[in-house]
This record gives sequence, C-alpha cells and structure tokens, in this order.
Amino acid sequence: MTSMTMVEAIRDGIDIKLGEDDDVVVFGEDVGYFGGVFRCTSGLQEKYGKSRVFDAPINESGIVGAGVGMAAYGLRPCVEVQFADYIYPAYDQIVSEAARLRYRSNGDFTAPMTIRSPCGGGIFGGQTHSQSPEALFTHVSGLKTIMPSNPYDAKGLLIAAIEDDDPVIFFEPKRLYNGPFDGHHDRPSKNWTGHPLADVPDGHYTVPIGKASVYREGNALTVLAYGTMVHVSEAAAEETGTDAEIIDLRTLLPLDIETIETSVKKTGRCLIVHEATRTSGFGAELAAQVQENCFYHLEAPIIRVTGWDTPYPHAQEWHYFPGPARVGKAMQELMEVA
Amino acid sequence: MNNETKPFSFKVPEPTSRPGDEPDFTGMDIPAAGSVRRPDIESSAEDMKDMARTMVRVLNRDGTAVGPWADPDLSSDTLLFGMRVMLKIRAFDHRMLSMQRQGKTSFYIQCTGEEAISVAHQLTLSPGDMNFPTYRQQGLLMAQDYPLEKMICQILSNEKDPLEGRQMPCLHSAREYGFFTLSGNLGTQFIHAVGWAMASAIKGDTRIASAWIGEGAAAENDFHSALVNASVYKPPVILNVVNNQWAISSFRGIAGGDHATFAERAHGYDIPSLRVDGNDFLAVLAASNWAVKRARRDLGPTLIEWVTYRAGAHSTADDPSKYRPKDESDAWPLGDPILRLKAHLISLGIWSEQRHIQAEAEFSDEIRSATKEAEKSGVLGEGSSRSAMFENVYKEMPDHLVKQQQELEN
Repeated sequence: MTSMTMVEAIRDGIDIKLGEDDDVVVFGEDVGYFGGVFRCTSGLQEKYGKSRVFDAPINESGIVGAGVGMAAYGLRPCVEVQFADYIYPAYDQIVSEAARLRYRSNGDFTAPMTIRSPCGGGIFGGQTHSQSPEALFTHVSGLKTIMPSNPYDAKGLLIAAIEDDDPVIFFEPKRLYNGPFDGHHDRPSKNWTGHPLADVPDGHYTVPIGKASVYREGNALTVLAYGTMVHVSEAAAEETGTDAEIIDLRTLLPLDIETIETSVKKTGRCLIVHEATRTSGFGAELAAQVQENCFYHLEAPIIRVTGWDTPYPHAQEWHYFPGPARVGKAMQELMEVA
Repeated sequence: MNNETKPFSFKVPEPTSRPGDEPDFTGMDIPAAGSVRRPDIESSAEDMKDMARTMVRVLNRDGTAVGPWADPDLSSDTLLFGMRVMLKIRAFDHRMLSMQRQGKTSFYIQCTGEEAISVAHQLTLSPGDMNFPTYRQQGLLMAQDYPLEKMICQILSNEKDPLEGRQMPCLHSAREYGFFTLSGNLGTQFIHAVGWAMASAIKGDTRIASAWIGEGAAAENDFHSALVNASVYKPPVILNVVNNQWAISSFRGIAGGDHATFAERAHGYDIPSLRVDGNDFLAVLAASNWAVKRARRDLGPTLIEWVTYRAGAHSTADDPSKYRPKDESDAWPLGDPILRLKAHLISLGIWSEQRHIQAEAEFSDEIRSATKEAEKSGVLGEGSSRSAMFENVYKEMPDHLVKQQQELEN
C-alpha cells in the first residue's frame, strides 16, 4: 500500500499494464519524452522504450484513428487526448469507428482501446481547458464512459479499462489530480496524503466497470455525483449537516442503476450534481432513470445542480463551478419539501 | 509598392462539361505508354517528385506492354486470372443492379470501369496483409475467390448474411480475406490502415496494410491524419487514392484536384508517390508491386493515385445524367480496363473474342445460380433476426440492453 496522488495512481496503472502486456501501447500529444502535460506518463518512455510509449502529432482524430487501426491489428492502445476540450476532432473516429467496429463487422474486428482525457474546470482554463463532455459519450452505443474521483478508483478502473475488450472513454477530473478538491477554491488546497482512498495497493487490481460505490452513507437524501462533484457534495453535506448518502457513480455507462435505486428508495430524496452544462447533461438521464425506477418512493422532486448552460468562462470560473454553497443550498431545499 | 486592390471574386470550380455538353477531356495530359521512368524502390520522395505529375502506363494502343514498368516475367496465368476476375465482377455488378431494381436489395454500389485497380492490387498482396477498403473495391474479395453466395447474402441482408443484417449492402467485412470492415463515413479507414501498419511495425511483423480512399473523400481530415502519421512513423502502408473523377455529383475539382494532382499531396509529407493509369491492368500490377516491395523492405509508405473513371452511377440511389454528360464515360481517354487487357491477351495469343464471350456467359451463369441459392435464405432483410440488433454492441450485453431486448420481444 502506497499513498498516491491521482496522477501517480494513473501512471502506476499504465505502468502495470505496460509491464504485463506487450500489446499495450501508450501515445498522445507530449506523452512520450516529456511524460504528459499533467505528468501521467512520466518516466514510462524511458522504462518501456519508444515503440511502446511515444509522442503523437497534434491530430486527435489521428490519435484515435491510428488507435482503432492498432486495436484492429490486435494491440491494446491506451491513448491520451490532452484536454477533453480537444476531443471533438476525434469524435467521428470515436463514435463512427471505435464504438461501431464490433457491431458493424459482427465481431470480425473490435477496438479494445482506452481514451484517457483530463476534464473539468477549476484551473482558470477558460472554455478550452475546462469542459466535461461526458454526456456526448454516454449517448453513444458501443462506448463505456468512466470518471473516477480518487486515486484508488482511478488506478483500478484504468487497469479494468485497458483490459476491457470494448472502447472506453476515461475522463480524469484534472482538479483532482493532486488533491481531493471540495470546491473551496479560496482555501489552501489539500493534497491526497492521508485520504483513505489515496492508499493505493501495489501491483495489479481492478475496480469493476459498471459498479458505483456508496462514498458516504446517509439516510436523509441521496446525492448522485461523479468526479470532482463527489468531494464538493461531501463538503456540502458536512457544512449543512445533512445526512446525505453520496453515490459515486464511477462508471456512467453502463450505469449501476441498482445501487442508485437502493439508495433513493431508502432516502426518498435525490439530488444530482455534475460540473457539465445542465441541458441534456448526464443528469437528465439520471433523473429519468430515477423517476422510472423510484417514482413511488420519491418524497420530493429531483433537483439538479450543474454548471450553467454557458461556455466555461474564465474570470467567472467560480460563479460557473457548482461549488459547495450551491450544492448545500439544494440539499436544504430538498429537505424542506414535506 | 503596389497597393492596387479590386473587389474579390468568389471562385467555384466547374467541370469541363455538364449534361447536354460535349464531353471534354482535352485538358488531360496523358503520356505515351512506356514513356515514364521507373525509379528505384529506394528513391526518396524528393528524388521522384516528377512521378506525381505524370502517369505510369504500360499498355499502348495496340495492347502491347511497353517501357520500364512492363514486367517481362509476368505469367500468362496471372493475366488470364486477372481477366477472369474482372469479367466476374462486371457480371456480378450487373446482376446485383437488377436485384436492386427488383426490390431484392435496398442498395448496391457498382465498380464498373475501376475493376483493374482492386484486382491487380490484390494480386500483389500476401495472406496476412490487410486492406482498408472504401466503396468499389469488391475486386479485393473477388480476386481471392471470396464465396459468391456469402457476398450476395450480405447484399440481401438475409438469414445467412455474415453481418446479420446490421450493415448496409456492400459494406462487407472479411478479416480472413484481409478486408477491413467498410465504413459509410468515407475516409475514416485511411488512418486505420496507418495505425494497423504502425502496429505491425511496433510488433516487428512483416505484414503490410493497404489503405483505400476516393479522390472526393481525400478532402476529409482523415486523409491528412493518415498522411501526417505515415510521414512521422514511416509504417508499411500503401495509401491508394482512387481518382475516379466523380464523388456523387462533385467532380474532382471540388476536392481540390482540378489542377494539382492527388499524388502531389504526398510531397508535403515526404512520402514517395506515383500517379498511375488505373485502367491499365499491367500498370496497376507494376505500380502495386513497386509499392509492396518498398513496404516489405521497411522503406515506408507509398501514395498511389489511380487515375480512372466512375463509369456507372455512384450507387443505385444516384442518377449521373443529372450532372454530367451521358456519353462522358465513352469519351474517357483511358478506355475500359477489361477491353484493354483483352486486346493485350489477344495480342499475346492467349485469349480470343470467342473465349471472351464464353467467359462472360460462364460468369453470368455462375452468378445466376449463386444468386438463386442465396435467395433461398431470403431477400431484403428476410430471415434476419430482430433480436440480433442488440448483439455485438458490446462484447457482453450490459443490463440496459438486455432489458431493451426483452422489451422488444415482449
């Protein structure tokens, strides 16, 4: 067991797979010699050589497209798109190709590949270094979409993603890379040291894809969150003294509706929190499924707290970010419904 | 200093002729067969830039193979095999078009006029190599004796369709035949071929990839993705651009290929390129061999522009008389690939008018009986399982799809 940051846990996961499986290759912009702009592949080229870990041209459709070809050959590419905001040039290759090879060829060709990409705001990245486009991928059949909230899950889920025989979109909230950010941007930043989920086992382990975790137990209301918002929700619950049960979805698709259902049926109240824009966001899908599965157990309307339906602004970043104050207020509102 | 300015004019390229006009190919520069040099396979892109502005041709007007690209060791068997496969494809296309008119399939894409390219190219590849085809490369399968009935069942989307009805007609997938699953999003496969070849190099393999794209789709960003990655990593890949002049109704100029050639695009990426008469079976064979040899010797990618003409409609959903002269195909100066090879075979004394007619009849019969056999498994989606639409979305069906499948069934 070693205490790790999320960056270290991700790097360790990739390292383990590179060591175990000669078919795993890692590439993307700046990931080779330099080790990635967020350092997630630092030292790996030196350790495994340039034919296993290498720099790619600034051409996201090419990174994913070449990965699809490699996967069809029989490799297991784990590629990085430097920012989730840069993933759009690769969207056709992800949606029409990676996600569809197995289906359209009836299993003749498959694309077992992992596409890692840092997402989310909180670093003054403006509209091109802050987005959370997960809903664009959960909408696509043939893909699995993951967003971990801590080092333990990040390593276990990443190993599971690389080993998965279907394409996986793996979003890494960049604000969590070096500490469990709770949304209080004006307070000194915390690091992962001492956090129970920063204790990362050595060697190989997996966290199953498609399984949520009960991050914090409670009886008053259920919070459905993932990524950074797990920590924001925890802060909000503590600061408002709400006995909230926080479900960390971990995998968005396939969704663990069973865990959600159990919790919402217990509490009767449901708050959905995500950093992405609201309209047609993943929260809409969550609200629909909670309604379909738990309607007669609900004691209050479902509430969503999300980023506003605007591009991610620069100077107004903290007004956009759904921080603990907004989440806490929603918790109180939800509890006020008789 | 010249500060002269004038109101700008917006330019939209136009083909030389439209419906009602005389077909006009006078602007096309066609060197005499045998007149273009054959560079050493170790040549750099820089050393052979001239090859992208000319046209490699082997068969002259008399049907004689001439010049440095003519292969004196070419066997009669190869030539006769090529002829037979091209005739078979033409008969197949003819039959499938009428099947579509009879409502037995929803859609068909013929390759009339372009048969030589895929057939001759496939003859230069080896088992284990992988093609990443686009539309009009049925010759890659036909040249390997892919089972006709299986091919027809895919086109009919019936009970024996190897793709279980999920994919449009003609968008085959045949891994064992080195034929990657076709995408209707044209161009996407070009970078897959490069990635596949990169994988082959990473693993120290000796298998090569062959990428296919039309001149129209060469405008897609995937074309650039493929070339830039091929340029950077120099993997064993052949980048085929089939320039058949028309992308549905858009002539090559709308893809930026009116004055600059598609072969020239390789130069900016330091990739050697050839421009070849695609209706000349012997030229296709020779140029493909040249590029295959380069790839096998780990000398990296080659781009080849195959100059040809789409003699038929884009697909059964298209009517070319709406945008080009009806007789433009007859005026195409590079002729018909079957007739040109036929003249060559007759001049060699290994073929005759009579054998040609016999072979046509033979294939027509073979395809008719294969079609009848295939139709026993249904036409136009008959016999496909509705439940199969949920299979193979993922390796293992997730719960939400299990529920949706049950919902459909109940």
